[in-house]
Amino acid sequence: MRFSEAWLREWVNPPVDTQQLADQLSMAGLEVDAVAPAAPAFCGVTIGLVQEIVPHPDAAKLRICTVEVGGAAPLQIICGAANVAAGMRVPVATIGAVLPNDFKIKKAKLRGVESFGMICSVVELGLAETSNGIWELPADAPVGADVRQWLTLDDHCIEVDLTPDRGDCLSVAGLAREVAVINRVALTAPAIAPVTPTNADQLAVQLAAPAACPRYACRVLRNLDPTATTPIWMQERLRRSGLRSISPVVDVTNYVLLELGQPLHGFDLAKLNGGIAVRLAQDGETLALLNGDTVTLRPDTLVIADANHAVALAGIMGGAATAVSADTRDILLESAFFAPLAISGKARSYGLHTDSSHRFERGVDPQLQVRAIERATQLLLDIVGGEAGPVVVVTAEEHLPQPPVLHLREARIAQILGLALPAATSVEVLERLGMTLETVADGWLVTPPSARFDLVHEVDLIADIGRIHGYDQIPVSHASAATVTTAPSEAGFELERARLALVDRGFHEVITYSFISPELQALIEPEAQPLRLANPISAELSVMRSSLWAGLLHTARYNQTRQSERVRIFESGLRFRHDAAGQLQQPLGLAGLVSGSALPEQWGVTARAVDFYDLKADVEAVLALTGAAGQFRFVAGEHPALHPGQTARIERDGLPVGMMGMVHPALAARLDLKGDVFVFELDVAPLALGILPRYAPISRFPSIRRDLAIALDRTISHDAVVNCVRAGADETLREVMVFDVYTGQNVDSSRKSLALGLILQSYSQTLTDDFIEGAVGQIVNRLASELGARLRD
Amino acid sequence: MSLSLFCRSLFSHFSCQFNVMVEPISLNSLADTTLAALQDAALAAVAAAPDLATLDQTRVHYLGKNGALTALLKQLGTLSAEERPAAGNAINQIKVALQTALDDRKTALEQTALSARLAAERIDITLPGRGQTPGSLHPVTRALRRIERLLGNAGFAVAEGPEVEDSYHNFTALNIPEHHPARAMHDTFYFDAERLLRTHTSPVQIRVMASQAPPLKIIAPGRVYRCDSDLTHTPMFHQVEGLLVDEQVSFADLKGVLYDFLRNFFERELQLRFRPSYFPFTEPSAEVDIQCVMCGGSGCRVCKQTGWLEVLGCGMVYPAVFQQVGIDPERYRGYAFGMGVERLAMLRYGIDDIRLNFDNDLRYLRQFA
Repeated sequence: MRFSEAWLREWVNPPVDTQQLADQLSMAGLEVDAVAPAAPAFCGVTIGLVQEIVPHPDAAKLRICTVEVGGAAPLQIICGAANVAAGMRVPVATIGAVLPNDFKIKKAKLRGVESFGMICSVVELGLAETSNGIWELPADAPVGADVRQWLTLDDHCIEVDLTPDRGDCLSVAGLAREVAVINRVALTAPAIAPVTPTNADQLAVQLAAPAACPRYACRVLRNLDPTATTPIWMQERLRRSGLRSISPVVDVTNYVLLELGQPLHGFDLAKLNGGIAVRLAQDGETLALLNGDTVTLRPDTLVIADANHAVALAGIMGGAATAVSADTRDILLESAFFAPLAISGKARSYGLHTDSSHRFERGVDPQLQVRAIERATQLLLDIVGGEAGPVVVVTAEEHLPQPPVLHLREARIAQILGLALPAATSVEVLERLGMTLETVADGWLVTPPSARFDLVHEVDLIADIGRIHGYDQIPVSHASAATVTTAPSEAGFELERARLALVDRGFHEVITYSFISPELQALIEPEAQPLRLANPISAELSVMRSSLWAGLLHTARYNQTRQSERVRIFESGLRFRHDAAGQLQQPLGLAGLVSGSALPEQWGVTARAVDFYDLKADVEAVLALTGAAGQFRFVAGEHPALHPGQTARIERDGLPVGMMGMVHPALAARLDLKGDVFVFELDVAPLALGILPRYAPISRFPSIRRDLAIALDRTISHDAVVNCVRAGADETLREVMVFDVYTGQNVDSSRKSLALGLILQSYSQTLTDDFIEGAVGQIVNRLASELGARLRD
Repeated sequence: MSLSLFCRSLFSHFSCQFNVMVEPISLNSLADTTLAALQDAALAAVAAAPDLATLDQTRVHYLGKNGALTALLKQLGTLSAEERPAAGNAINQIKVALQTALDDRKTALEQTALSARLAAERIDITLPGRGQTPGSLHPVTRALRRIERLLGNAGFAVAEGPEVEDSYHNFTALNIPEHHPARAMHDTFYFDAERLLRTHTSPVQIRVMASQAPPLKIIAPGRVYRCDSDLTHTPMFHQVEGLLVDEQVSFADLKGVLYDFLRNFFERELQLRFRPSYFPFTEPSAEVDIQCVMCGGSGCRVCKQTGWLEVLGCGMVYPAVFQQVGIDPERYRGYAFGMGVERLAMLRYGIDDIRLNFDNDLRYLRQFA
């Protein structure tokens, strides 16, 4: 909400400057977003009276005006505006004036005719963005007076960003109440006397939905002067509050809305048929609104209707058919209380948000309706004249919100705030806030004012005491409450540690959006049924990822197109998948991508593109952090996004825990990725169970190494060879390693040559040559019989 | 054998080896002179040895198993008991002198060789090291780790929850009923009437309180989502929620934990300001401003000339929330706080555009190694 400081100070004028006032509001929970001058700096602008106008002899669009500005002699001023006319009062920037943006007014010659100043538009004075010519001031504007002083432009527009609980502060009156409480100064509300009816016209009102609208006040006003204009002081206050002046009736309703917080509506009486019914809409009923939209109503929507039709969306917006227009002479003025729950969400559901719905959703003081209609009547009669009928008020008392009676325990104040306050202080704060207190044994029974919809519980009162007393008065306590010691399992896999391991291995962590484009999702996991957002930011970000690869591939491309050919990235985060039963699962994953050279370009190292085994080493390093590296296997697998010959399913004790492989060249091409790209993805949950290290004794006897060179069928996997070796060996075999793999020259194309290193060691003796020969012989025999491997010469 | 004969035979041995001609003289002088010449020749050979291999040959030649001096010593037995001590003494003196010279020469040659090797092995130590270069943690993760560590030290354990949430946990249980203006302010991403992307990490509070008994002391870090994307908003960002539930907890304790946390996070003394605010699930509620870490409070672009930066929301758990999860609000009280991680990371590292965090440009990420 935006308001004029000068307006507020009419209500309450504490001895603090603008900045202090703004700080006070912020520190009372009414956050000031901005303080802006009501008008930019300018000076030397005087109210002038245009006496005479003659055409410029040499310029069709210019005219020579004689303007009286209260000085000894009138000024000759050249003016190009089409609307300038004799008899008009206008703002005149005289010689020496400085307009906004440091625009200095000097004597000038336009096409040979001298000009001693400038007649200004609102734009030139920095009061609006657009204008239709020069600013015509009202006929009572005092000629010769300084415009700035006359309009009290040395004012500030203060913008408060109110939290939704403080609907009571959506008015000058509400804010003034708070300022008065904070500063302990008196509040001066404008006198609102009931207007004595001068005609007897009234409309019948029926409350057909009394829970939604328990009070409806209205009044007929007849014979308004359609030529009347809104006085400039009111236009200025509206402008400083961010509203445009439209017509006297609309301006007055807006003015009272801003002043008291009561939304009002004016209907063109001539367009209403019969009495007013406040009822729920009929299903499918349509209503053309003031903003030009036509809405089809739902039966949960409260409307104002005449005998025939809905004529307004209650508390939200009036209808076009009954709108006040330029030739409206008779109106029905409405001032109602709509229950917040009846209005909440309704405007939004019709794509609307108005100053009125904003207030009703948050709660308008249910005791305000009559006062507001009297205030508006008084203002209208002053501006547009006419005769007011009696105020018709229909109230369903039983449905009006009843202020709660809250039991406030004195001890509780100190327990919650951590600050012991004298009881008198608490009482004083609450009373200044307009609450009534009744003392009881352990505290008070407190009744909040009717405008405060936010006070429903004891702690709300305690919060208000803290707020007004000042949160800065609450001490800073380091008395630590119970420390609940919980430590993660030592054996457990820590994602944090895995992240650091990858960072140490040259990976950069990325964080990508959890929602991705459906096209990319379909390319990566065509079978998945992704979870789709109903209201995405864009189609590109509309389905939830089922794999982290989408973000990594996107990021790889992003960087490749920005001269980063070498990409090593990883991400951890949730993925969103439906399980076999159709239930959404959100498993945490860890995934990485590598592309480009295996090592950064450097001297003394032959450059080589990264390959499957480079990434496999990274994955193995992560898996090793479980302390259970031996439980993991890489099994040839398949995945629609991966190269069929370079895909591994990673298993732990036979259960899948992840995938890795080369991105399918067709997919890489589709995504405009350069070079071979390798990815992995691990489920974090199955890694979680780690193994606590358990000491095994170290043999005191030397280990012996024997190397074997064998040739065997090319399709036999490394794991098959190692398993065969282990199966053929006894417990003295400590380690089997493949230290060379060779295919090509001197090896049949269907075969490959492997160099195996065997390390044998006993816990009880130094192994003899005879024993070793026997053990290795057994292994060789097994390799030959099971895998058809032959020893090479 | 007489001493002269002994010496002569010795000499002939030498002369043929080294072509040294010595005239035979009187027996005694011959012996002395011959020995002196032998010593001179040996020392000269040592001094002249150009390398360790030659030096070793020289050693073998005189002191080896079949060396000249060894041979002399072996023949001492042929001398008379009267002659033997003097002759032995003389030969030993030569042996000692020779051994010393050999050792010295060896040390010198080794030193020379080492110097030569060191000179040859001189490298340009300014050439860069080889191998993999380390990567980097994302700045958001970096800030998150710091937050988790600081609050972990204060006894807060990490709790986690789903990102696809239901409206009960995200709103209703947090005292944000349907159609409440506070719900509308959340710019929520929906999947259907019930399911949504969590708009804050606060639903983790509910999940923890519903499943564990007090005392509770947790933080919930994670991704949150708002349907809002412009220069200063990304539709996904990170929050850390904190929750403490115990029997004796007050707003003063909340102030204490946040003072400690924020001062430690920024590693400096900071002014804090607790501004009354509104969250449906806490009361009293506050927004916490810190003195601007960019300008020190004098006013700059980052703090919009106010000198203050809003970094946190917090408050005392609202009794209605306790009732939702079956905790007795008369017995227990609690505080909760929530912070935006991107905001803290940006202030900490001087990042001026939140969107950089999700572009993942390597030139950006590398700066956080």
